[in-house]
Amino acid sequence: MTATTSETRVEPAGKPVEQSPLRRFVSDYCESKVAVAGAIGVLIIVFIALFAPLISPTNPYDLATVDIMDSRLKPGGEMMSGVIAVVGTDGMGRDMLSSMFYGLRISLTVGAMSGFVALMIGVCVGLTAAYFGGRVDMVIMRIVDLQLSFPAILIALVLLATLGKGVDKIIIALIVVQWAYFARTVRGTALVERRKEYIEAAACLALSHRRIVFRHLLPNCLPPLIVVGTVQIANAISLEATLSFLGIGLPVTEPSLGLLISNGFEYMLSGKYWISVYPGIVLLFTIVSINLVGDRLRDVLNPRLER
Amino acid sequence: MSVFIIRRLLQSVVVIWVMSLLVFGGVYLIGDPIDMLINPEADQEDIDAAIRALGLDKPIHEQYWFFLINALKGDLGNSFIFNEPALQLILARMPATMELAFASLFIAIFLGVPLGMWAGLHPESIAGRSIMTGSILGFSLPSFWVGIMFIMLFAVILGVLPAGGRAETTEFLGMQVSFLSWDGLSHILLPAVNLALFKLSLVIRLSRAGTQEVIHQDYIKFARAKGVSEKRVILVHVLKNIMIPVVTILGLEFGSVIAFAVVTETIFAWPGMGKLIIESIDQLDRPVIVAYLMIIVFMFIVINLVVDIMYSVLDPRVRLQDVKA
Repeated sequence: MTATTSETRVEPAGKPVEQSPLRRFVSDYCESKVAVAGAIGVLIIVFIALFAPLISPTNPYDLATVDIMDSRLKPGGEMMSGVIAVVGTDGMGRDMLSSMFYGLRISLTVGAMSGFVALMIGVCVGLTAAYFGGRVDMVIMRIVDLQLSFPAILIALVLLATLGKGVDKIIIALIVVQWAYFARTVRGTALVERRKEYIEAAACLALSHRRIVFRHLLPNCLPPLIVVGTVQIANAISLEATLSFLGIGLPVTEPSLGLLISNGFEYMLSGKYWISVYPGIVLLFTIVSINLVGDRLRDVLNPRLER
Repeated sequence: MSVFIIRRLLQSVVVIWVMSLLVFGGVYLIGDPIDMLINPEADQEDIDAAIRALGLDKPIHEQYWFFLINALKGDLGNSFIFNEPALQLILARMPATMELAFASLFIAIFLGVPLGMWAGLHPESIAGRSIMTGSILGFSLPSFWVGIMFIMLFAVILGVLPAGGRAETTEFLGMQVSFLSWDGLSHILLPAVNLALFKLSLVIRLSRAGTQEVIHQDYIKFARAKGVSEKRVILVHVLKNIMIPVVTILGLEFGSVIAFAVVTETIFAWPGMGKLIIESIDQLDRPVIVAYLMIIVFMFIVINLVVDIMYSVLDPRVRLQDVKA
């Protein structure tokens, strides 16, 4: 736990600001066609998640319109209400397409929210460790190393076993799992940045610690954080789906993609594949798209690879 | 050396103690211990008796002491569902999990090293590229999804392998194992491959990187100049040198294989510890949950300790760093 895992990944710093960094960034990014496809995928997912109630053919939570007679319809079957179930219906008679849109919404919300809060906590802790160094740094990094020596799923399992089910609880569990990655990343970058002259200059101006850390140090630590943040959102969605599949994540009333897959699993052995498979494909599409974007960001934001 | 080991042992004891505080806090303080530790079907008299027997009427520090002493004696309570000591229940399921974990490590090494070496020796070939793409997929696909696809493909559509469960066990070297019969092998194949996927991708990447590094070393050139056959160069000179990081990483990752077995066991209805803990969480069988958490944390600490000590034996620089810190 001590020396073996305490190697610090020192991410290179961001490149200096030029005339139009945004345009340059976009043109750099678009050089890879796969990455553009990933970005389009992410846009589609976010669009569906934001406008799920508007674009879904039915409302899967409205018990008045859900008819048990519609249960387990094949893809393309017509429901009692006359709506065509494009990808079939589940065991309760809910249209799978609508359930998937709403499920995507929950999955993305959980992933993005937990990622954002974990990033906030990780940034504060990591910057504190790097800026003050010494004993503070040692204690913080010991805790981070200790946590990272346990697999994420185990920590989430421990937390959910004691806390119980619920959207708020799974977000808490995912925050606890993720903050250490951000703390380690930001500390690694900040350690390099801290020795640079602009920090020295800021210290000579007798600026407050808080101002130096948040206005001078933090902006220069952002590039690797953006990369880790993107990948962590994909990981959080994947982990949430896994936990929900195991039945210890979200409650049945708020089915995420993982829970939809889990619900369909029992029907799969009898050949009713669509209840499980289509949410699985959406989940996969989500995770792969986000990862493609993250991969490309890593290349674009890395000054060592700059041509 | 011994100073290092003593320090690490002390650290481990501290970690176990912190974990016992957390588990105690989680079960006895956040939740209602009466709900959690006493069968909800008991009547009021039984409940009062149990409260006294468990010492729940005592102040909180005494309760913690009681919990700690019992845990040290190996008494973590009786399961509500099976009415057996929780610890025994879990230990009885452990061999199945271990069998699965070792089977997947076996797959990861004996499939991953050759594939990774091939990709390292022929990085531009179609096979080499496909291996690397496959390893990216192995990293990013959620393993439960892959497991479901396995069941659909091999059990539902093709119908060649069973969808889940474990075959009859037989006695082998004093252990109950199932992989000795054809039936047992067909049952363990899918879950083991599923559990192995992540580690397989890791081993492929490690051995590919290792091969590409080693192949340019002087001793490989020398061996070739000496007229050693290409087969021998690869199987002896290259293979030996790439195995060190592979074995180290797999040792470190063994704990996470056992943790991830929770997912695989649930999908394939494999009767191990992981499936038990998920069922226990479902049925609110708290003593089993507590016992599982304590056991798995203990296992992790032991694994980390062993790996750290092995590391310091293999690489003296690690020890020096620790003394300085």
